[in-house]
Amino acid sequence: MGKGIWIVAEPRDSKLPRVALEMAGEARRLSGGEEVGAVLIGHNLESSVAELEKYGVQKIFLYDHADLTNYNLEIYSNLLSELVLKESPAALMMAATTHGRELAPAVAMKVKSGLASDCIAFPAENAGSLQCIRPAYSGKVRITMEYTGDGGPKMATVRPNQLAMGEAVEGNKAAIVKMEFQKPANVRALLQETKKPESGEMVELTEATIIVSGGRGLKEAANFSLCESLAKALGGAVGASRMAVDAGWREHKYQVGQTGKVVTPDIYIACGISGAIQHQVGMSQSKCIIAINKDKEANIFKIADYGIVGDIFEVIPVLAEECKKMRSGVCA
Amino acid sequence: MNIIACIKQVPDTETVIKIDSTGRDIETQGIKYVVNPYDEFAVEEAVRIKEKNAGSTVTVISIGPARVKDALKTCLAMGADKALHLCDDAFLNGDAHLVANVLASAIRTLPHDLILVGKQAIDDDSAQVGSALASLLDLPFVSVINRLEITAESKKARVQRDIEGGVEVIESSLPAVFSCQKGLNEPRYPSLKDIMMAKKKEIKEMKASDLSLDAASLQGLSRTRVVKMEYPPKRKEGIKLEGDVNEVVQKLLHLLREEAKIL
Repeated sequence: MGKGIWIVAEPRDSKLPRVALEMAGEARRLSGGEEVGAVLIGHNLESSVAELEKYGVQKIFLYDHADLTNYNLEIYSNLLSELVLKESPAALMMAATTHGRELAPAVAMKVKSGLASDCIAFPAENAGSLQCIRPAYSGKVRITMEYTGDGGPKMATVRPNQLAMGEAVEGNKAAIVKMEFQKPANVRALLQETKKPESGEMVELTEATIIVSGGRGLKEAANFSLCESLAKALGGAVGASRMAVDAGWREHKYQVGQTGKVVTPDIYIACGISGAIQHQVGMSQSKCIIAINKDKEANIFKIADYGIVGDIFEVIPVLAEECKKMRSGVCA
Repeated sequence: MNIIACIKQVPDTETVIKIDSTGRDIETQGIKYVVNPYDEFAVEEAVRIKEKNAGSTVTVISIGPARVKDALKTCLAMGADKALHLCDDAFLNGDAHLVANVLASAIRTLPHDLILVGKQAIDDDSAQVGSALASLLDLPFVSVINRLEITAESKKARVQRDIEGGVEVIESSLPAVFSCQKGLNEPRYPSLKDIMMAKKKEIKEMKASDLSLDAASLQGLSRTRVVKMEYPPKRKEGIKLEGDVNEVVQKLLHLLREEAKIL
């Protein structure tokens, strides 16, 4: 069995997402004094290297190449599995992002590792006896998983916003291992284009710390401007219930719930959402839930920390105005 | 085009999930089973591609106990031509390693230009099998696609998907494996006629021995195990504010600052 615990950090636009530092912190806690390593693949990675170093990573395997600017499953999974087979770490964590959730099973197959998806906690004290807690049945239960067999490292993908942010380790220096890379011929699936949202579009839902979601109570697409104004006042993202998405008021990528995204922000504000079980499974792990709904019997109030029984068309503008004042430093 | 859709039968989304006496699995009594919603997108897309490309065949494959035949019948009624039921106790209760290996063994025996799966099953929510299967078959893979264009002549596919902070457009050679996300299509409801017609279609059964797999060693393929299953901590009902809008908003902000300390 291998040694040390590694994370795979996926920089986006040459910046590390917060979940990479959450994983770095958890890896340090679980390392039991063994080495905390990171694999960094991309291009122009200087600031990412510095960040990982700051958060206590001791060894960084660096694949920095212009041809690695964009994620590619075939290329990344080959690089990672070759490296893992050679270095054999005890455990390997990746972010449960779109790319991470696609990449991890491919690597797990190649190195014959057990893989736990979308983990939210690691109760064990060290990497050798790693156990993972992950939600299943849309979050209706939680499963504790352990690893069997004597294959590759214990692997897990980690859901963003679940682990405590790592702490900076002053004066930490990481050993940088610069890895060779040659662009392989015959890559069969290739990225043609990444369409970025127009400027001004709000934060990605799964990474947002504040989400304002709208549902049936908004009555029509145009009224989502209410949620947008409140989200803007709070610096948050806008989500939607399935009903609002099915009605065509909002694109599917904004849907929170069973057939949409699972979000875990610090503050989730449900506006005119009744709180069907399928919606709850997507947001019930938020740290603080606020519900605004006309119907005081609405299910959403059963899981909300704070509820306002009232008309969203009256409540949201007042709340948005007060939040705006607060953020601009004027005391309410 | 030979199109394969892999499906799983799962408890309906409305199911109240109860943990059984072993504390490692769920109580299955009284559960209503359905085709995994994301797998319906895969089947629907497969059938639509067949309808556009004369001479194509859609085969649905599923692993599971006898009840899985109902799910396969639904897919046949949606327009799939053939169904393959991988039915052996040795296939059950395994992780993605086992499932992907069994599926790969079956798919290797079939002609395949395109393999579609759901982006994840809504029971274990692991979202591993598509990528794992592609890896075992050494085929390209793209997850969570919400748009798919096939050029059958040139054996190419152009797919689109949402990622964090953007939309990716990817071109892949075929054969390939894609996992399907909501938004790809609107799955059809089979008509009574479709359902009646489907009864004439064959559901082929295959066991471990039919796939040249050694039943005894299959369980050893799994590399993870459930230690325990628990309910998530219950949220308590909080404070409900009613009355004058300005007053309740002020009260809420006060509570968020002083009690929750999050503003």
